[in-house]
Amino acid sequence: MANLNLVQAINLALIQEMERDERVLLLGEDVGPNGGVFRVTEGLHKRFGARRVVDTPLAESGIIGTSIGLAMAGLRPIPEIQFDGFLGPAYDQICSHAARMRTRTRGTITIPLTIRVPVGGGIHAPELHSDSPETIYCHQPGLKVVMPSSPYDAKGLLISAIRDPDPVIFFEPKRIYRAYREEVPEDEYTIPIGKARIVCEGTDLTVISWGASVLQCMESIEKSSRSIELIDLRTIYPMDLDAIETSVKKTGRCVVVHEAPRTGGMGAEVAAQIMERCFLYLEAPVQRVTGFDTIMPYYKLELNYMPDAARISGAIDAALSF
Amino acid sequence: MGGWVRAICAPTDLLLRDNSRRQIACRFGEKRHRRYTFSMPITSILKLEIERVSILDEHGNYDEKLGAGLIPDADLVKLYEAMSSCRYLDEVAFKLQRSGRMGTYPQNMGQEATSLAAAYVLNKDDWLVTCYRENCGLFWRGIPMESILLHWMGDERGNAMPRAHFATPIAVPIGTQMLHAAGLAWAAKYRGEKQISCTFFGDGATSEGDFHEAANFAANLDLPVVFCCQNNFWAISVPGRIQCSAPTVAQRGIAYGMPVVQVDGNDIFACAYAVKQAAARAREESRPTFIEMVTYRLGDHTTADDARRYRDQAEVDVWKERDPLLRTRNLLERKKLWNSSKQEVMQARIEIEVAAAVARAEEIVAPEVSDVFNHTFAELSADLAHQRDMMQTHSLASQAPVAAKGH
Repeated sequence: MANLNLVQAINLALIQEMERDERVLLLGEDVGPNGGVFRVTEGLHKRFGARRVVDTPLAESGIIGTSIGLAMAGLRPIPEIQFDGFLGPAYDQICSHAARMRTRTRGTITIPLTIRVPVGGGIHAPELHSDSPETIYCHQPGLKVVMPSSPYDAKGLLISAIRDPDPVIFFEPKRIYRAYREEVPEDEYTIPIGKARIVCEGTDLTVISWGASVLQCMESIEKSSRSIELIDLRTIYPMDLDAIETSVKKTGRCVVVHEAPRTGGMGAEVAAQIMERCFLYLEAPVQRVTGFDTIMPYYKLELNYMPDAARISGAIDAALSF
Repeated sequence: MGGWVRAICAPTDLLLRDNSRRQIACRFGEKRHRRYTFSMPITSILKLEIERVSILDEHGNYDEKLGAGLIPDADLVKLYEAMSSCRYLDEVAFKLQRSGRMGTYPQNMGQEATSLAAAYVLNKDDWLVTCYRENCGLFWRGIPMESILLHWMGDERGNAMPRAHFATPIAVPIGTQMLHAAGLAWAAKYRGEKQISCTFFGDGATSEGDFHEAANFAANLDLPVVFCCQNNFWAISVPGRIQCSAPTVAQRGIAYGMPVVQVDGNDIFACAYAVKQAAARAREESRPTFIEMVTYRLGDHTTADDARRYRDQAEVDVWKERDPLLRTRNLLERKKLWNSSKQEVMQARIEIEVAAAVARAEEIVAPEVSDVFNHTFAELSADLAHQRDMMQTHSLASQAPVAAKGH
């Protein structure tokens, strides 16, 4: 066991997968000698050399498009997109090709690809460095979308993503890159994609979240006197619908929390799934605590935008007192 | 004509004058290194020169020296037959679309020589990364004619390119596949293999950002890619001058520091010559090349288009004289390798072969409904299985008997 933060856990997962599988290579802007702008690939260039840790031209579509070619040839590329807001230029390659190639070729050509992307706000960054675009990629058939909330999960989920036969977008909540450490096994292990984690069990209400917001949910739940269950989805698509159903049928009340904008966000999908699966068990309407349908504000107001413990507590109270 | 036709393709007012010892020549085949000059006050730092290759022109001129050994006579006959077969398929496909037996189809007419030359010259395991006007090259590689038909008949299984053919599926979004070619070439280099990739795209595609990113990646990361731009003058209705204001498309490659050449794209010898040279450079030196193949789209963009709305018939007529099939046949006849009776025999055979391919494509029954879901991921999730069952039980289309034929 080692006491690691999220950055170190991801770094360890990358090292172990690169040592295990010669087909794995990293590419992106500044991932080489600089170790990435968040130092996630620190030391990897020195350890594995310029052949396997490649600084590319500054071009997101190029990074993903060439990664698709590498994957078509049977390699396991791990491109890094430096910030969430810079996924835009790569959108066409991700959605028009990576996501569709298996369907298009009836499985003769597949794209085993893990796109690492730091995501979300809370680090006082400039514009387009704080966005939460996960819904866009959940809506594109053919992609898996993962967002861990802890170092332990990050390592296990990243290893699963790298070994997955299909394209995975691996969002790394940058706000908690170094927020805390926890025990992470030094041996390799996997956490299955598509399986949620019950963070704490409860009987009165279910809170569902993912990414950095899970920590705000925990803060809110700790302050509550009621018995609240917290589900960290870990994988946003495909979503662990069974875990949601089991929990909400038990509690009858649900609050879903995410940092991404409200309308059409994955919280809406969670609410719709609960309507379809748990309608007769519900004691209250599903509450959403989300970002807003505005542009993510610059950092002076970013804390007003992101769900915090007070807003989550308000929604929990509303659901419990309905 | 004869031998190399060398041309300074940029007008002189666009060139910095050659008055400096430090000028950088950027000719076909020469490795370019960035250098800086610090002399005062004004010096020429770059001179551009682009070579154009023509071996068999539309007037029947044939350069024996350059053509020697490039395409043996027996192969030339086969290549002519391949182009003729592809041309006839275009005619049939057009009629299939008009009679409701096939969806939208892009004819390849006039552009057969480009991709065919590449497929002929390349190794069988070099990647062919095409868009949708390279049927002739794909057929030469071994892709069955019915696969292409099946694709345009609205069936993904037409795109299920067997791995052994080293061909990527038809790329509908313009100008995105060159990045895949760069990645495929990169993978070969990563593994230390001598495999290369050769990608095809149109002049319009060079307006897309992905073209520029692919060229930049390939040049900077030293990837063994052959970029073949089919400059066919028209991107649907938009003429080439709106895609590129420079005197050549070829010089776009120079901007990325790779060797470039322009060839007569209706000349199968010139195309083969350039691809052969570029492939050798890719294989031996792991460097990309940009080839501008000047050709012409004789047909409409697709069957959904009517080119009479935006271009003059007179222009089309000029290019009909430059048809790659005509000049190849003329050369074969001069070499006593071809005559009208052989033409008739071939035509009869082609008609039978194409009809058989159409029949095979039309006999393929529509896929099972579950097929829509089964290839989204390697494993079907429980939720997708649920959605599949919804489609199967509730959709009217799913309840109708599946027609064995598309008409």
